[in-house]
Amino acid sequence: MLTYLLLTLALLSAAGYYLGRHRAFAVANGQLRNLHSLPGFYGSYTALWCGLPALIVLAIWMVLQPGMIVDWVVAGMPPELRDLPPDRLNLMVNDLKNLVSGNIVSSTPNAAILEAANHYRNLQTIGNAALWVVVLTLSMAGIAIGWRKISPTLRARNRVEQVVNVLLIASSTIAIFTTIGIVLSVLFESIRFFQKVPISEFLFGLQWSPQTALRADQIGSSGAFGAVPLFTGTLLISGIAMLVAVPIGLMSALYLSEYATPRFRATAKPALEVLAGIPTVVYGFFAALTVAPLIRDLGSALGFQVASESAMAAGLVMGIMIIPFVSSLSDDVINAVPQSMRDGSYALGATKSETIKRVLLPAALPGIVGSILLAVSRAIGETMIVVMAAGLSANLTANPLAAVTTVTVQIVTLLTGDQEFDSAKTLAAFALGLMLFTVTLILNIIALQVVRKYREQYE
Amino acid sequence: MNKPSDSAAPDFRNRDIKTIVNAGLKRRHAAERRFRWYGLIAISLGLAFVALMFGNIISKGYPAFWQTYVQLPIRFDPTVIDPEGHHDPKAIESADYAALVRAGLRDLFPAVQGRTELRALYDLVSSDAAYELRSRVIANPALIGTSQEVWLLASATVDTLVKGNIDRTLDETERPIKDNQVGWIDKLQASGKIEKQFNTILFTGGDSREPEQAGIRGALMGSFYTLLITFLLSFPMGVATAVYLEEFAPKNRWTDLIEVNINNLAAVPSIVFGLLGLAVFINFFGLPRSAPLVGGLVLSLMTLPVIIIAGRAALTSVPPSIREAALGMGASKLQMVGHHVLPLAMPGMLTGAIIGMARALGESAPLLMIGMVAFIVDVPKGLMDPATVLPVQIYLWADLPERAFVERTSAAIMVLLAFMVLMNGLAIILRKRFERRW
Amino acid sequence: MSTTTIEIKTALDTMLKPNPHVGKQSSVEVTDYNNRQTVGKITVDHPKMICRGVNVYYGEKHALKNVGIDIGANEVIAFIGPSGCGKSTFLRCLNRMNDTIPVCRVVGQIKLDNDDIYDKSIDVVQLRARVGMVFQKPNPFPKSIYENVAYGPRIHGMVNTKPELDDLVRASLERAGLIKEVEKRLEEPGTSLSGGQQQRLCIARAIAVDPEVILMDEPCSALDPIATAKIEELIDELREKYTIVIVTHSMQQAARVSQRTAYFHLGDLIEVGETDQIFTNPKHKLTEDYITGRFG
Repeated sequence: MLTYLLLTLALLSAAGYYLGRHRAFAVANGQLRNLHSLPGFYGSYTALWCGLPALIVLAIWMVLQPGMIVDWVVAGMPPELRDLPPDRLNLMVNDLKNLVSGNIVSSTPNAAILEAANHYRNLQTIGNAALWVVVLTLSMAGIAIGWRKISPTLRARNRVEQVVNVLLIASSTIAIFTTIGIVLSVLFESIRFFQKVPISEFLFGLQWSPQTALRADQIGSSGAFGAVPLFTGTLLISGIAMLVAVPIGLMSALYLSEYATPRFRATAKPALEVLAGIPTVVYGFFAALTVAPLIRDLGSALGFQVASESAMAAGLVMGIMIIPFVSSLSDDVINAVPQSMRDGSYALGATKSETIKRVLLPAALPGIVGSILLAVSRAIGETMIVVMAAGLSANLTANPLAAVTTVTVQIVTLLTGDQEFDSAKTLAAFALGLMLFTVTLILNIIALQVVRKYREQYE
Repeated sequence: MNKPSDSAAPDFRNRDIKTIVNAGLKRRHAAERRFRWYGLIAISLGLAFVALMFGNIISKGYPAFWQTYVQLPIRFDPTVIDPEGHHDPKAIESADYAALVRAGLRDLFPAVQGRTELRALYDLVSSDAAYELRSRVIANPALIGTSQEVWLLASATVDTLVKGNIDRTLDETERPIKDNQVGWIDKLQASGKIEKQFNTILFTGGDSREPEQAGIRGALMGSFYTLLITFLLSFPMGVATAVYLEEFAPKNRWTDLIEVNINNLAAVPSIVFGLLGLAVFINFFGLPRSAPLVGGLVLSLMTLPVIIIAGRAALTSVPPSIREAALGMGASKLQMVGHHVLPLAMPGMLTGAIIGMARALGESAPLLMIGMVAFIVDVPKGLMDPATVLPVQIYLWADLPERAFVERTSAAIMVLLAFMVLMNGLAIILRKRFERRW
Repeated sequence: MSTTTIEIKTALDTMLKPNPHVGKQSSVEVTDYNNRQTVGKITVDHPKMICRGVNVYYGEKHALKNVGIDIGANEVIAFIGPSGCGKSTFLRCLNRMNDTIPVCRVVGQIKLDNDDIYDKSIDVVQLRARVGMVFQKPNPFPKSIYENVAYGPRIHGMVNTKPELDDLVRASLERAGLIKEVEKRLEEPGTSLSGGQQQRLCIARAIAVDPEVILMDEPCSALDPIATAKIEELIDELREKYTIVIVTHSMQQAARVSQRTAYFHLGDLIEVGETDQIFTNPKHKLTEDYITGRFG
């Protein structure tokens, strides 16, 4: 339905374009230099008059219509249905919608519901018809207005460019709205969570078991929301990942930029960057099905007790994933150190490794620290590997062979599957999301600042 | 620190520089070699991981492209298919084709008796076999009453055994297939009634609980719809933003804020975008869960920074002289951008967009948040149908214990990686083809 | 050409201070100006470095053609010539800094005392310790002033104790004429100094290793006249102990600091001679064109 409407609108706009252009030729009496702008601009001007107001009305209509229809339908229901408690009412409305769209319904519909569904359908039809009428009228009126306004003195180009400019500005603000959206969506739910669970318990509590118990006398019957085990788990896995990624990534970058022949570099660098392009779910699969059993077998062969979902497996694979991240960032940073530094050192008779260790690395240190911070933020926010390869049990341990869980794993666990939107369990996920967002944001800002300062130093 | 003697510097050449340097040379060169080796080892480790992972996944996944079929003598018994005999399509459709399959199996092994034995025998063939027979009869009603040798899909355990992934030496109780079943399969194999065919179901089927019937078609279509939305939203907006910031925006606090925002969004964990999608698109705007539309919206917000950053790089690489030339001819700023700068920057922008799309294709965490993890059998037909995407399908299958699913997961990963390679290759070609040196 | 040339020549004459180290004039007479054979006397009595038939290629490009020249002990020799003439390339051959450029290939013989520096047996680390270098742009390491100077002695293991190193650093700074300015701020970063001070720090860094030869690649081109004067003074002092090869763009500088001058042109060594003679009485037409400002 919507598709056809949009198509019609597009066609009308195209018609508007041609009409406008034609009109421009007409008012110019064939003398194009009488016109302020090129005829095409008059066409675009008319097309904009045709399409833009109609589109805006269409968008507003689409947002408002479903809610209003529901309100009307509910208002038209018998009072015993209308006065149901909100959650039951919601359920019923859901059933109603399913019934209308012809899906399977949870209960056999009674007469009142069937009638309501009919009412719903009628309203929907009326609404849609009205929408067509309104949109088409608006677009026609737009064409008429555009047509009438066209005169040789109309500054059509400037008008069109103003509109385009507004559109450009509007799309550039999307980034800001996204950030605001993120902050608001996690913040509101988090505030509701902290009304149920004190913030101090969340930040400093040592017990995490969000599953609400069936019986009141069970331990943590209301759920325990101390997130410290999650934070330590996240840190443990990220720490292992960094232990893998930083030495390997940094040494690779150093070798590639200082030792490798151009040909070797041209093949090895993209090959290494393949690691960055592999989807994380693939790493997760690899970690869970290959690396974790390997580590467990290896550990038990050496006489260690290794959990089958050890932090080691997830951390190791995450480290592999981050290698190209560290190496390409450090490569940039190392290449930003001026050649004259290297020359100065070589001219004194230093070997390459001495130059690297005593001149390049100290010079590049701030940049390298910045890229490691970015990598840490990556590791903390990484989800799929830990969801697939790390455990669910929130153990407060520093043992890399034990199973730990992370913030992201818990967010996924709490939010997938059935959820009631107001339970502390679901809201906890948003509180964790808030923590995650805040920490990574701070890390990113510091890192970007450090790297920027560093680059300015050598520019 | 002692004060240096005033006029002449102390003669610090008490030994010849040559000998001094020579004394340390051996040690220093050894250190140099060591350091070089560390670098080489680091790179080799990185490359070895790439090789190991690809090798591991390919070796696990390639058997999934073949699927075991069993040849059964099927008698299209009219009393089963069309007992009333007036070719009513409804009756034909709802007939018990499984009975035909069972009869075929009994024909092959007439000696098998008893309920448990028979059930074990029936387990050799997938439940899909009945649907296969039905669709054949519906397509060709003349089959009714005839007898045919038909290749039917074997069950997953048979497939696993035929591919050699079940250890026959294990005790019967420790493997998923019983001794008598092994015996029947060996017999079938000996008489050429088992063969491996190319696994088309993998590409044409939707998800299923039965490994032999599970395919990635649904996930592929889900990915397609999701990416379609992602591209349609993020590319125009990304280009518009890049153009605005690079060509029009005044340098002020506001644009600084936008820039900082874009850079930070590029580094926000993907799961946070999922939370945004859940809270805003699903709970606030009431869009349906599991819909490619919502997935596309979330992914387009994630991809936007990538496209903007790539787009700006492409725009800055267009030399200012072109802009000056256009403006000098009396073009308006918008004409300058539209006629000259944008066409020149477009290949770079497209390259960025394709790379962004490739990343979006591999993304799964935010989609888990908006419910694209449901078990969905039907192939989605539109933007609002419940769907899943390829990486999430991989995630779902990876959790299943059957060996046949491990195989399929690896195969799905191979398909996903093939798409990634394709897209990145396209980006590279585009960059090479349109690379300009000013 | 006559009037302007003469004017410049007389100006140069007045600028040139009499130099006691100037030896005998070259005896070779020039007849053929198109001849790219080096004009003048390339040998000296006490050579520190002997270069014969040096050719340098950058990939396909023949950057330096068959250069032969001696560098005498304790002399300052200046390389002059228009941009891209190969003078810096040749300078970088003398301590094998060209090794760091992958496409660069050097053919020919360069001897330091009696060692062929391109011989397999010669270690480039040791060579560079013996032949130090100062670059066009001051390039102090992003470390403290002290650490900058201590860098060379440390990597070569030249001193064993901290007091020894302290002495060495101070002595080098003193010899570079920098000690008074930096005495109180040895721990400050080397980049906090002014351009001229940075360049003298780089010289101090080079002489801390106590090399036999110091190569200077346009050491004053990034400096103001006062800083330049200080460096030139320093070069004159350093001549007592070291052999100095300086590449310069400024003919006045060459005239002020060097005893001998070599003129390079498009990869050829055109003329070598006593500095006075080169500037007052060039034998090759190209040299004359250059120093009279016809091009360059």
